[in-house]
Amino acid sequence: MNVRDIMEILEADIIWASETGLNAEVHTACGSDMMSDVLAFVKDQSVLLTGLVNPQVVRTADMMEMHCIVFVRGKVPDDSIIELAKERDIVLLKTRFRMFTACGRLYQRGLRGGCEKE
Amino acid sequence: MSQALHLHYDVPGDDFTRAGEASGAVKRKLKQMGFNSSAIRRVAIAMYEGEINMVIHAGGGEADVEIMPEKISIVLTDHGPGIPDVELAMKEGWSTAPDHVRSLGFGAGMGLPNIKKYTDEMRIETEIGKGTKVFMVILAQ
Repeated sequence: MNVRDIMEILEADIIWASETGLNAEVHTACGSDMMSDVLAFVKDQSVLLTGLVNPQVVRTADMMEMHCIVFVRGKVPDDSIIELAKERDIVLLKTRFRMFTACGRLYQRGLRGGCEKE
Repeated sequence: MSQALHLHYDVPGDDFTRAGEASGAVKRKLKQMGFNSSAIRRVAIAMYEGEINMVIHAGGGEADVEIMPEKISIVLTDHGPGIPDVELAMKEGWSTAPDHVRSLGFGAGMGLPNIKKYTDEMRIETEIGKGTKVFMVILAQ
């Protein structure tokens, strides 16, 4: 699966994306509003779904080498967040779906959380 | 690289949105220098958590990083209130962060445990009313 597939599954709109970012392969994802929880479980997740909108979301994704952030519930980040994502080449998407539904749709299509017991 | 490379950063305490700039800069430097991705990520996460802690609890501080081929050493120094009970602060889920910090996605009580988890050595020196120093070492291999 790549970032374009994520867009299709979540009926998401692009806030910002590079061509390479859209074609990046993704194998696992993580959904959380607590960035410390995201940082606590390193499993090569490539996509972060969150309802949190602040620059630390982009910084957290950058530290984790993630390719894509999906803002759920149609949330839109401000320009400073978009600029930071551009600098770090991290795709920003938004979906109207809420967190549970967005994660469920991706799971149903085969994306996993990267935890051993799944 | 025959000599150690020393980097110094001031971590401003008044702007939460800038927390993480120093760790981001170190991460990019290590990438340029060709360190392996696992070591880079461990440095980035541990230092980022430390930076966030300094901003949340201590009004900012300073970060000193020493890069050697075999290891990366980081010292975070603040002049905040100090940690009254380090053992308690190291417990997952224990946090004294105020609610507004939680609304920003931090303060889950995972900062120090995360640093411990991702470093090969970690040590805290703290004095009430004087401040805290967090020492970390990440082996490059």
